[in-house]
Parts: sequence; C-alpha cells; structure tokens
Amino acid sequence: MASDITVARWTKTSAVSTAAGAVLLLALVFLPFVAGTATLDKVTTLFIYIMLAATWNALAGYGGLVSIGQQAFFGLGAYVTIRLSNYGFNVYLAILAAPIVVGIAALPISAPMLRLKAGEFAIGMWVLAELLHLLVNLDPLIQGETGTSLIALNAYDVGTRNAFTFWVALGAVAAVLIFLFTLLRSATGSALQSIRDNEEAAESVGVRVVTTKRIIFVFAAAGAAIAGSLWLATAISFQPKTYFSVQWTSYMIFMVLVGGLGTFEGAILGAVIFFLIESTFGSAGVWYLIGLGAVALSLSLFLPRGLYGSFSDRTGLQLLPVGYRLVFRVHSAKPSSKPVPWKESSK
Amino acid sequence: MIWAAQILQGVLLGGYYALIACGLSFMFSVMGVINLAHGSFAILAAFALWVLAEYLGISPLYGLVVVLPAMALLGVVFQRFVLERSSRAGFLIPVLSTFGLSICIDNILFQHFGADTRSLAPFLDDLSYDSWEPLGGVFVGKLSAYIFLAAVALLGGLQLFLSRTFLGRAIRATAADHDTVGLVGIDARAINTYATAIALVTVGIAGAALAMRATFSPYAGGPQLIFAFEAAVIGGTGSLWGTLLGGVVLGVAQSIGAQLNPQGFLIAGHAVFLIVLVARTLFGRLSDLLLALLTSKATG
Repeated sequence: MASDITVARWTKTSAVSTAAGAVLLLALVFLPFVAGTATLDKVTTLFIYIMLAATWNALAGYGGLVSIGQQAFFGLGAYVTIRLSNYGFNVYLAILAAPIVVGIAALPISAPMLRLKAGEFAIGMWVLAELLHLLVNLDPLIQGETGTSLIALNAYDVGTRNAFTFWVALGAVAAVLIFLFTLLRSATGSALQSIRDNEEAAESVGVRVVTTKRIIFVFAAAGAAIAGSLWLATAISFQPKTYFSVQWTSYMIFMVLVGGLGTFEGAILGAVIFFLIESTFGSAGVWYLIGLGAVALSLSLFLPRGLYGSFSDRTGLQLLPVGYRLVFRVHSAKPSSKPVPWKESSK
Repeated sequence: MIWAAQILQGVLLGGYYALIACGLSFMFSVMGVINLAHGSFAILAAFALWVLAEYLGISPLYGLVVVLPAMALLGVVFQRFVLERSSRAGFLIPVLSTFGLSICIDNILFQHFGADTRSLAPFLDDLSYDSWEPLGGVFVGKLSAYIFLAAVALLGGLQLFLSRTFLGRAIRATAADHDTVGLVGIDARAINTYATAIALVTVGIAGAALAMRATFSPYAGGPQLIFAFEAAVIGGTGSLWGTLLGGVVLGVAQSIGAQLNPQGFLIAGHAVFLIVLVARTLFGRLSDLLLALLTSKATG
C-alpha cells in the first residue's frame, strides 16, 4: 500500500462556492432594477459592514494587529468626501477618492504605529482617532460637533442616488474582498500569517516584517475609509462625534469574533449576523450594546475561533480557500481520497 | 503669572494621571497584558463611592475602606475568569476580552445611572474648593495637592513593596520569567492574582481622585484609559517614577494647550503623546545604529 501526498489549494466544494460567490456579486449588479429604495439602502448597509469586518479581520486576524482606532479612517473617509465635494468635485468622485487619499495618509501614520506591540498598538490607534477627531472639528466647514451635510447629493433624486450609492458599495465590497483574497493567497499573505504566529521567527527566515504589516495597515485604512464615505452617502449628515466613535471598532470586533478571527469567510458571516441582530435589536438601545459587549467577551473567552472558525476546524470545510491543504492518496483495493484539512495555527 | 499658574495646575493634574497610569503600567509589566477595561474599572469605583455617599451618607474618604477591598476582590475574579483564560489563547485575545468587558461595564453603568455627570466634591465639605496662595495670584487647590502627594506616596510605596518584600520580589521574578519562577517554588498563577488585585486597588484610588477633583459619567472610562495609557507611554511603560514624569508631562501639555485654544486641552495631550512616540521611533533607530557601530568596533 503506497501513499503519496500532494499539496492542493482547491477542493470541489471550494471551487463551487467561490464560483457561486462570484456569480452572486455579478447578479447583484442588477438589483437596483428590481428592488425598491429601502431594500437597496439595507443591502448597502450590509456591504459597509462586510467591508468593516473584512478589513479589521485582515488587520487583526491575519496581521496580528488589533486596532481600537479604525474609526479614525472611517471618519476621515467621510471627512475627505465632504471636503472634496465642497471643493467642487462630483460627489461620487469624492466618495471614490476618499479611500485613496486616506490610504496615502495612512502611509506616514503607519511608521510610528507599527513600532507598537499588541495592546500598545490597540490604544495608540485609539489616541490617533481621538486626535484626528479633534483636528477635523477645527475645520470651519465642519463647525465643530455641529457637523454638516453632504448637500451635493441633492443634485440626484432619491432613486438615482440610492442606485448609484449601491453600485459604488457593490464595487467597493467586491474590490475589498477580491484584493484580500488575492493578497492572502500570495506570498505576502503567507508572510502576514507567519508574522501573526511568530514575528521573530518570521523575521529570521527573511520575511520583511514592517513592509508586510504596512501593506495590510494601508489596505485596512483605505477599506475603512470607503466604508465611511459610503456611510455618509446613505446618512448624508456628518457629525464628527458619530463617525469618529469607538463604537465602529466595537462593531468590527464583534463581527469578526462572532464569525471567526483569522478566517476569510468568518468575517463575512459575522457581518451578516451583525446586520441581522442590528435590524432586530438595534432599537433596544443600551441593552443591545451590553449584549454586544457580553457576546464579544464570552466568545473571546470560550470560542476564540468564532462560529465559522470552529465549524471549519471541525469539518475541514473551506468555501473560499486562502490556505493550502495536504491531500493523502492511499492506493489500496478501494481507492479513496480524503482531504486532510490544513490546520491554521492560531495564537 | 497666568502661565505659571497654568503650569502648576498641569503638574498637579499630572499627579492624577500618574495615579490612573500606575495600575495599567504595573499590570503590563507583570503580566504583559494591557487591560482595556482599566478606565471603566476606575469609573465603577467612582460610582461605588458615589452610591455610598449619596444613599448611606458615608464620606468618600471612609467609603474607600469599603471600596478598595471590593476592588481587590474584583481583581481576583477578573484575573481568574477573564485574564487567565484569555492570555492562554495568545496576545490578541486579552485585548478583545477586556474591550468587550469595558463595553459591558460602561453600558450597564449608563443603563443604571443615566447620562448625568456626577462628582464627589459635594461630599467633601470645603476641601473641594480650599486653596493656598503661595505666590500672589497663583492658587493651589488643596485637593489637587493632596492627590499629587497621594500619587507620590502610592508610587513610592509600590517601589518599596516591589524591592523590599518577598511578595514584591516574587512579582518581579514572575514578570521577568513567567515559566522559570515555578522551578524555585513560586506559584505564578497566585502571583498574577495578587498583582491584579493590587493594580485594581490603585485603580480604585484613581477613580476616587477623579471623582473628587472633577466630574465623571458612565462613558468616562474610555478617556481615562487613554490618559492612563498616554502617561504610561510618555514615561516609559514599566517604570514607576517614569509614570509620574509621564503624568506631569501630559498634565502640563494639556494645561498649556487649554490656555491656547478651547479645544487645545485634549489636542495638546494627544499631540505630545504622538510626538514622544515618533521621537522614540527615531531615537530607537539611532541607538540601534550606535549599538551596531560600537559592537562592530569591538569585534573588528
């Protein structure tokens, strides 16, 4: 009885589910022609949550960088949109430009921040968000905490506006997910996960630690920025306090912990669950927030791999493969090929 | 003269920051954990003192006799049920679990006490507004001065405790090498529990100081955590006297900022923190370079 081992990326299930995901994204392009404005608004919100969860998960779950300050980029994205639109740019151009501007701004910010470790990085980012919040307040256009509105959107009637915003959100969520999927499957993705698991060991085998972290930091900043500018496009009013609130980061943490820290599909699942919980219990106010905190606390204590992570560990199921798996082929009387899941070590 | 007064106020405010920072810095140096519920615990202690004063008529100073042991007990529970479990799962999980806990504490306090800001000042008789006038036109609030002295006493006491007592030395040994202390008969688990209990007692003192000298509300925990963290990082985490220096630098920066612009109080504090951070990045590289030069000379 001989056996040989091959390294495989795809399984039948994952090929089918990835194709299904791609078809779903394409099909959604036609949603504005069949759905009403309320539905479009809701799906846009879901896309924003998915982007927030996916980028925070990329930062924490794959990069090992837990940030409590992603609201800095969320708020900055909205602010840049308002600023550019005030300079006379087309409002949708301003929305699309926001992640680029914020991404460029994140580059110098990353230099001191990435020197910080674990909890220090977490609070350091929070301080940064507070500082940016106060600086944005100083801009006369924003009028301090009073805020302002994205009035340029009034040039479009409600139906057109909702459809445009939806398409931009769809494009953004597709771009974020496809970029992340490709990045995680590339050499950079492996480097990223090796840093998360053991930074010193990664450096010793030649992984460029700082550069790799910087890529994911800027990506997460740009992702939070487009989420912020799209949130502005649906909410229209800009009050610095709501956009720079640490609550956004608690939502991100909640979504990722529920879905599964460090699992690509888990972040999406977490966003969907959060979206459903929010539309059901969001009106419960403070108790809703207490519940979110309690779930985050107990999941991190008792189920740190989250729903999808635990499920995937147990079944070996991977829908969107970003890792590798070893396939043992046993040549015996009855040939069988049972894939052995590639267990990602989680720290 | 107004500047001298502002700077003096800043120094005294720094005493409070040192108080709130020392527990954070202490836990970080012993267990390597940054407790994101740190500020929320301080606010919890403040509310406990307020309840004792408001409903039972117990003066906040006597209230501490009840609240500080309660905080120590809370520390034991916190270490056993949250920190111990989550630090086993790696360095990310304690950040997440303590953040989840802080959301719970803040919102439960809000649910119970509402958004009103409160203060312990009304329960302190004339201590809350008494002051000295060391120079013409420069006033020193007695309460601020006592809080500063309390910070010095607490930091000095911790320093003595860590260097002179058996438990203090065991805590330092555990901080240095968590696994090896077991070989010399020290129970690292028990030591961590003591350390967390001590840290939460200091948090209780800081919460009392905040509530006496200023106002507090259920969501004030986040800002207190940020101030504590800034003071600890400016002073260099893990060094107790550095924490006092960090607190003073932060307090003075905020007081000067407040003099310049109505929003300047917070902006100046955050800016000083980030400047120190960037400077440390640059100097860190410089010292690496120097070290490399020196060692290459020594070997070559």
